[in-house]
Amino acid sequence: MTMQTPTARVRGLGSAKGGTDHWWHQRVSAVSMAVLAPLFLIPFAMNLGQPWEEVARFYKSPVNAIIAMLFVIASFYHLRLGLQVVIEDYLHGGTRTVLLVAMKLLSFALGFAAVFSVAMLAFSA
Amino acid sequence: MAGSEHGAAVNRGARPLSPHLQVYKPQLHSALSIFHRVTGVGNVLAAMLIAWWFIAAASGPTYFAFVDGFLTSWFGILLLLGFAFSICYHMCTGIRHLVWDAGWGLEKPQVRTSGFIVLAAAGILGLGLVLTGWLG
Repeated sequence: MTMQTPTARVRGLGSAKGGTDHWWHQRVSAVSMAVLAPLFLIPFAMNLGQPWEEVARFYKSPVNAIIAMLFVIASFYHLRLGLQVVIEDYLHGGTRTVLLVAMKLLSFALGFAAVFSVAMLAFSA
Repeated sequence: MAGSEHGAAVNRGARPLSPHLQVYKPQLHSALSIFHRVTGVGNVLAAMLIAWWFIAAASGPTYFAFVDGFLTSWFGILLLLGFAFSICYHMCTGIRHLVWDAGWGLEKPQVRTSGFIVLAAAGILGLGLVLTGWLG
């Protein structure tokens, strides 16, 4: 006999009200980064330490800029989910809530700033 | 624990907690798991550095030169070396997690074997990334 209401059973979100979304999104972003990480990190490592003109020219190419943006989006989404788990494991009460909100806002802000910066490099004359 | 604002802790009263890390003998599997989490948090700093680098590049040559100066200092190089291995390690153990999620390689001897494979792969990939950055 199930103790759930029919609506709760159909929604399938369980007592945590989040279902498997968090877990699943972490896996999907992980798979995307298994592909994007080599595509982004190898040229990134080669660009590190190069003069500004070289770097600006490299990210003016649409393919390079798009790969960089996709990598930034995937990595900041993935780290947002991962840090959430770490915070939930070790902190409790008000500290947990404050840190969770701060972490989510900051990770979105910094990820957005990075994507915007790559777009500026790509669109600059 | 009584009086704690944390609900679960209040209910435990003075009863002993279930055993945690300190009662277990350190083993390959637990060490790899702990380092997966540690490198995951470390990679957050790497992502912040990548974001900072792009923001600097978009800001123009002057600020970019400042960030570049930091990254090519001995401290910057040390950071980059650490991040290269941390990222490669987290990716290799992460892929092992995806393989487990698919239901493969969950027998004890397989877990041990994949643990060594993951360590070797992380070392090789990390070295490759460092050499790419150094020579590139």
